[in-house]
This record gives sequence, structure tokens and C-alpha cells, in this order.
Amino acid sequence: MTPVSIMTFNILSILPILILSGFGMIVLFVDIFSSRRWGEKNLLAYVSLLGVVLAAIFGRSPTGTTLFSFNETFTIDNYSLFFNFIFLLSTGLTILISHSYIRREEINHGEYYALILFSTIGMMLMASGADLLSIYIGLEVMSVSIYILTGFKRSKLISNEASLKYFLLGAFATGFLLYGISLIYGSTGAINLKQIASFIAGRGGIPDPVLLMGMGLIIIGLGFKVASVPFHTWVPDVYEGAPTAITAFMSVGPKAAGFAAFLRIFMTAFGSTHGEWQKIIYVLAILTMTIGNVIAIAQTNIKRMLAYSSIAHAGYLLIALVAANNMGISGTLFYLLAYTFMNIGAFAIVIVLSRKGDECLQINDYAGLGFKHPFLAIAMTLFMFSMAGVPPMAGFVGKFYIFSAAIKSGYIGLAVIGVINSVISVYYYLRITVIMYMKEPTRDFHPLTISPLIVVAIIISMIGTLHLGIFPSKVMEIAQQATLILK
Amino acid sequence: MDSRKGELIRITTLLVSIVVFVLSLPLYFNFNAHAYEMQFVEKLPWIPSFGIHYHVGIDGISLFLILLTTFLMPVSILASWHITKHIKEYMIAMLVLETGMVGVFASLDLFLFYVYWELMLIPMYLLIGIWGGPRRIYAAVKFFIYTMTGSVFMLLAIIALYFLNHRATGEYTFNLLEFYRLELSFAVQFWLFLAFAFAFAIKVPMFPFHTWLPDAHVEAPTAGSVILAGVLLKMGTYGFVRFCLPLFPEASHVFIPVISWMAIVGIIYGALVSMVQDDLKKLVAYSSVSHLGFVMLGIFAFNIQGIEGGITQMINHGLSTGALFLVVGMLYERRHTRMIADFGGLTKRMPVFATLFLIITLSSIGLPGLNGFVGEFLILLGAFRSRILYASIATSGIILAAVYMLWMFQRVMFHEIIHEENKTLKDVSKREFAILIPLIMIIFWIGIYPNPFLRKMDASVNHLLKQTGEKAQTVSNLQTQNTAVIPKIDIVSETKAEW
Repeated sequence: MTPVSIMTFNILSILPILILSGFGMIVLFVDIFSSRRWGEKNLLAYVSLLGVVLAAIFGRSPTGTTLFSFNETFTIDNYSLFFNFIFLLSTGLTILISHSYIRREEINHGEYYALILFSTIGMMLMASGADLLSIYIGLEVMSVSIYILTGFKRSKLISNEASLKYFLLGAFATGFLLYGISLIYGSTGAINLKQIASFIAGRGGIPDPVLLMGMGLIIIGLGFKVASVPFHTWVPDVYEGAPTAITAFMSVGPKAAGFAAFLRIFMTAFGSTHGEWQKIIYVLAILTMTIGNVIAIAQTNIKRMLAYSSIAHAGYLLIALVAANNMGISGTLFYLLAYTFMNIGAFAIVIVLSRKGDECLQINDYAGLGFKHPFLAIAMTLFMFSMAGVPPMAGFVGKFYIFSAAIKSGYIGLAVIGVINSVISVYYYLRITVIMYMKEPTRDFHPLTISPLIVVAIIISMIGTLHLGIFPSKVMEIAQQATLILK
Repeated sequence: MDSRKGELIRITTLLVSIVVFVLSLPLYFNFNAHAYEMQFVEKLPWIPSFGIHYHVGIDGISLFLILLTTFLMPVSILASWHITKHIKEYMIAMLVLETGMVGVFASLDLFLFYVYWELMLIPMYLLIGIWGGPRRIYAAVKFFIYTMTGSVFMLLAIIALYFLNHRATGEYTFNLLEFYRLELSFAVQFWLFLAFAFAFAIKVPMFPFHTWLPDAHVEAPTAGSVILAGVLLKMGTYGFVRFCLPLFPEASHVFIPVISWMAIVGIIYGALVSMVQDDLKKLVAYSSVSHLGFVMLGIFAFNIQGIEGGITQMINHGLSTGALFLVVGMLYERRHTRMIADFGGLTKRMPVFATLFLIITLSSIGLPGLNGFVGEFLILLGAFRSRILYASIATSGIILAAVYMLWMFQRVMFHEIIHEENKTLKDVSKREFAILIPLIMIIFWIGIYPNPFLRKMDASVNHLLKQTGEKAQTVSNLQTQNTAVIPKIDIVSETKAEW
């Protein structure tokens, strides 16, 4: 073991992480010394937002450079910068939609924001980790914060149940992941992704059974985090039980982080053994898309429907992983960014329309919304059509990107199954618009109290969804640059 | 919403659509009939990293479809005057729909084409679903999912073409004109043809993919039906002409029997089902299946008469069937029923209406001197030249058309008035007169002097035939041995590019 030299300790590389940790602490401190009055608690949202914005500003480094630090366990490159942007965006949007929500649900504690910031740090570590252990640590930091956030509605049984379920299953999954890491270490003698790659290359690209088992276990561990079938069973219950704002966060951030790790590990370390793992992912992708979409049709609760839809989207993303070409990786990046906008946007609408205690979450409660609250309905329609993959919305370009990647690598069958699933999904996304515009209202819409912050979040999501759909060029180029690193 | 504001919205939308129509007229007057190349081309980079352009242009094939669209739009908006529910949203949907439709006909970039193709689904879906009849939700969802199912396969085929083109030329582009130059193997053509044809066959709709059509037509508001029949269905037939034939010529030749039989079954089946309908709108809807069968038969005759007849018949069907839906809408507004049995003897109360209705009916049947005749005559001429059997069977469709249309007209307009309510019906209003008269004028124009229309198509259609013929000849012997066997899919190896 070489001693840690001070030269590799590059403070600039972790500046955004330091900023977020600092602000997390500040939030905790301010919380301790502030009274129980709501006004001062509001301040915490703004402090956290400031932290996110500062992290985004200082997190930018000159593009094209790759920075290794901490003895090559941590790397800042275009790839991790792109993901950092997705994480900070989802965190920022989550804070915007949380502000009024946690007041209404009376869970307005300072730790809420601090935990969100801490889990963002975990995600960033996952995207920037250059060896298996730092990725694992990132995953744990992220997960533990979210376990707590899931159960944040302490007085609600359903929230506690969700938290416990997520924690127990999540602990199992991380166990698998860690076991996989140790098997890989045992087989290759390395945890650094580049070293693993060169070890496999040195053996002529033929992995031994222990390494294969390790890879399988990593697929299970990360498959759990990205909500891939058959490791998805926690998703509906946890999504339903968690505070809605956290559900929004959970469906975007950790999923993106999971894919960040997935892609980096499998493209960088196991790139040469593509033929070995691609069959497993192939089957997982088909199962995930199909089961997610088919079960989503039967849902009557909007949070559960979005949960299954989130599973289905993980399936589309796995297609890109199977394709394993440049287009697939940059497609994944693009898709995740698009998904951040449309999914958080959709959850923002759900928050606005629900009442204290998370009532009015049945899809039928949305009847007649279309002409009662035209703005909210149009926004929701936009997000639904985007998720269904109808142009000119972001979701369409994302799907186009991923199916193109599949065809490029010759996986025509997978692309066909993907588009068939896309049609199945149209049915349940369309149903939301049917109910909003074509059914008579079944209830009086209570006077909605819409905070300006959540409106900002909705507008940002709408702009993002449309912009990525109509002018995707710029982001595509950035995403393509980001993928060069992995090769 | 107060009525003054509603009136303002109606008039503004009407003016906008009229301005669009007037602006589209120079396309006709400045169109060079001797050139087959795309004209009025605009090409701007849109997504450069994928080689996607905003690339539009028109030739003799798309010219009249665009004019038909811009012409039917003000008519439809004028026919929507009675809409009072959510008038603003309705008019927005109409205008977005127009954007999508014109875009589909003008796009020369396949990505752009697909975007417009899907974009126009949303407003149509909302038009049916919000302003439609009692079973509107079922009809709207069925319409959306049916079309989407077809079009996603087309999307995959488009992506496949993109990579095939890259393999052949080394250039990443969605430019249709570049794709025309591709030399594809028969097996690739076969599968890509199927993917495209599936999308278009649903849209046309060809038998047996037509089941969404009666539902959508019956439930849509009048203007929705007019646009649906007048323009949306033409996208399917247009797609065959623009994409399937020139891109996959050998496959198209191989599929002549399949498509022709589907068209013939559609012609006869549509006519027979029309005959037994007791709902006016359903009758007109099924007659569309029959008429579009003729168009497809003409296109797959693969000669100048057939294809020009097909394109002319697309326009004719848009005018006649559009007008029929307008007439049915006028009756519905008066009596709030569309059942044939609820009418009878209307001629006595509504003489002007009866005259207009009769002209439109005859135009739909194909009476010489009116537009329908020109199209059907050309189609049958083309069909006889290529395959006598098909033409002979299809001709019976014309007789059946006369049967169901005239019988319907007789039951609605003649005899004694038996229902009390029909005794007080008012004749056409000035607005309704203004809606129908432009349509009838064009119906006569095309019927009596079709040359200005046909001559503008000549160059483009001849070029199309040259494209399909030349390419098809190279493997004409291949064709005979491949008709029986379905080629193995080898797109996988063909598209597999280096990493």
C-alpha cells in the first residue's frame, strides 16, 4: 500500500460535496437554535437552496479534464459532472416542492433539508467514485438518509411501514453489493475500476467464475436501487408510504445515482466482458419494462401508478445498458435528465392537489381538473405525454435516443419490445388526461393553497420538458462528451 | 365565458386560418409543374449531433394535400360555430392540428416527419375526447392507441434506415432525399416496408385495421370528423406514396397482391357495411373505408394513371366526405339525431339544403362531371392496365356506392314527412351556405376541368415511377423467388456498427 500523499488530496475536486456538507450542518445548527415558529423554519428551505446553487456553481470545472484525487478513488470528469448536475437539479426541485408540503403535513423539521443534502452527497460520491468502495460508501450515505426521510411522517403508520420495508430490503441489497465487491476483490485483487479492467484484459477478457458471481451480485445490489424487476417489490409500497416530496426525490435522484454507478462499473471495469453480463441485463430490461407497465395499468392511486411507471422507465434505461455503445450511455444521461424534469413535475402536481394527510391521491380525484385549474392540468398533461414518449416532449427524444442505441448495436428485438411497452404505457398516462379533461368532477376542488416555490418548480419542470424535447441539441452534445470518459 | 369573448375567439381563429389558406395559395401558383424536384425547400439544422434538420419542401404529390388542409381548416372552423364549451381550448387544438398536418405533408426529414405525425395525435385526441359524443372517451383512447401502435414501429424503421444510410454513405442524416438513393437488400426492404406499411395501413385505414375509424368518426364533433376524413386519413395513403414506394420498391412490388386484396376487401366490405347502417355518420364513416380502398388500389397499380388517380381521389374524398360530414352535422344540429329513420321528406322543408346535399352525394358516388368521377376513373384505368382481375372486382364497389348513398339520400330527403319535428325545420342559414358553397365549387371544378390539378402532379409522379421502376428492375428476378418465403431478418447484421 502506498501511503496517502498530500498531492493526491485535491480539495477542489470535492468542493461541491464540501459545500453541501457545510450547508447541511448549517441547517442543523439553525434548526437547533430556532424556535418552533414556522417562519424561521421557512428560512431553512432557502438556506438549503442556496447551498445547492453554490454547489452547482462551484462544482463546474473546465470540461474535458479528468481529475483524480484521494489516491485515485475519486474522479471528477465530464461524466460525473453531468450526473452532479442531475442530482443538484433534482435536489433543488425537491426542496422547492417540499417547502409548502412539509408545513402542511406538519413534518417541518430542520433535519428534513439536512438529510436531503446529505443524500445528495451520497449520490455525488456514487457518480464520482473511481473504485468500488467509494461507490459503496456513496450508496450507503445516500440510502441511509433516504431511509429516514421515507419514515419522516412519524405519526403515520404507512410511512413507518414504508421506511422499515425500504430499510430492511435495502440493507439486504447493500449486503449483496458488498459481497459482490469482495468477490471481485478476491478474484482480481483490485477494487479500482481501471485496475479491474486491466486485470481482466490481462487474462484475455475471460472472467473466472468468482468474478462472474461478483458481477451478478453487483447487478442485484444496484438493480435494487434503480428499481429493476425482480428487485422492485419494495417500490410501490415505499413510494406510496413516503412523504410525496420524498417520493419525487427518490424516484429521480437515487435512480440516477444507481445508473451512474451501474454504467461506470460495467463500462469501465467490465467493458471487455460485455458478452457475459449483457444477457442478464437483456432479460432484466424486458422484465422491468413489461411488468412495470402492465401493472401500472391496474393502479388507482396516482403515487402507486407513478411508482410502477418509474419501474418501467428503469427498464428503458436498462436497454441502453445492454446496447453498451456511446449512444446508449449518452442516451441514458439525456433520459435521466429528461426524467428528472417530468417526474418531479408530475409529483409537484400531485402535491398541489392533495390535502393534508395525503388525501385525494386517487386518480379519479382528478376528474374535471382540466377546466377548473387549467395551468395545473396543462402541466400534468405535458408531463404525462412526455413520459409516454409523445413528441415534442423530452421523453420522446430520450426514448428515441435509447431505441436508436439498441438498433445501433443490433438489438432489434429489444427495441421492438421497448416500443410495444411504450404503447402499453400510453394507456395509463393517457388515462390521467382522460380523467382531467373528459370526466365531470366528482368532488369540489378545495381552495388550493399554492405556494410560489412549488409554482417555480412546476414551471422549471415544464420548461425543461419542452426545451429538451424541442432543442435537445446542446444537452446531447454535453452528454456525448461525458461518455468519452468511460471508454 | 361570456359570449362576446367567445365570438372574438371564433372570429380570430377563422381569420388566422383564412390567412394561412391565402398564404398557401402562392404554393400553387408559383409551383413549377415541369420539375420533379422538391420546391420551396427550407433546410435549417435542428439537432446537428444526430444529423436532424428542419427540412421541408413540396412536390406535386404533397402540394394538393397541403392546399386541401389549409382549405378545409377555415371550413371546419366555420362549422364549429355552435361549439360553446371551452371554446378557447377547442380553437387552440384546431390550430395545433393544422400545424401538425401541414408539417406531415411538408417534412423531408424523417425525424421531423415523425414529430409532426405524433404531434397531430394530441389535438385530435382532445377534440374527440372533450367535444365528442357520448362514447367519446372510448373512441378517443382507441384512436390514440391504435395510431401510436402503428407509428412506433415506423419509428424503429426510421432509426434502422438512419444506420443503414450511415453504413452505406458514412453520413448521419434523416434526410429523405438521401434515403431515396439507398440500395437496400430485399430482406431489409421487406421488414422496413412492413413497419412503415403497418403505421400507414392503420391510418388509412385499410381493412382489417379500420375498427378505430367508425368509433372516432361517430364520436368526433363535426369539424373533427371533417378533418379526420378530409386530411388525417390521407396521411396514410400519402405515406405509402412518399415513403413505402420509393424507399422500398422491390418490397412494394412484392406486396402488390397483399395490399391490393386488402384494398379490394376494404372497398366491398366498407360498402356493404355502409349499406346496413342506420346512423348517418356511421354510414359516411364506413364509406370512407371503401373510398380509401380505391386510393390504395390506384397507388399499387404502379402506373401514372393509377397513382395520379389515387392522389386526385385523396383530394376528392377530402372534399366530398368532408362535405358529407358537414351536412350530417347540420342535420344533427337541427334535430339532435343522426338516425336515418328519424328523417324523411326533408326536401319539402329545405329545398336549398336538398340541392346541395344531392350534389355532394353524387360527387361521392362518382357521377361524371363531378370530382369523384375523375379520381375513380383514373384509378380503374390504372388498375385495368396492371391487373384486370382487381379492377373488375373493385368496379362493383362503385355500384354498391351508388346503392348505399342514393338509398340513404332517398330515405332522408324524399317521401312524406312522418315525424312532427321535421315539419318545422329551417333551410340552410347564410353561414351554412358559406361553408358548403366553396366545397361545391371545387367539386365542380375538378369534375369538369381537372387538368390544372393533374398537370401539376405529372412530373413528380413520373419521377416516382422512375424511382420505383428502376430500382425494382434490378431485382425483378429476385422477386419471383422471394414471394413465397419470408426473408430471414438480417437487419441485425446489417445495422451492427462498430463501437
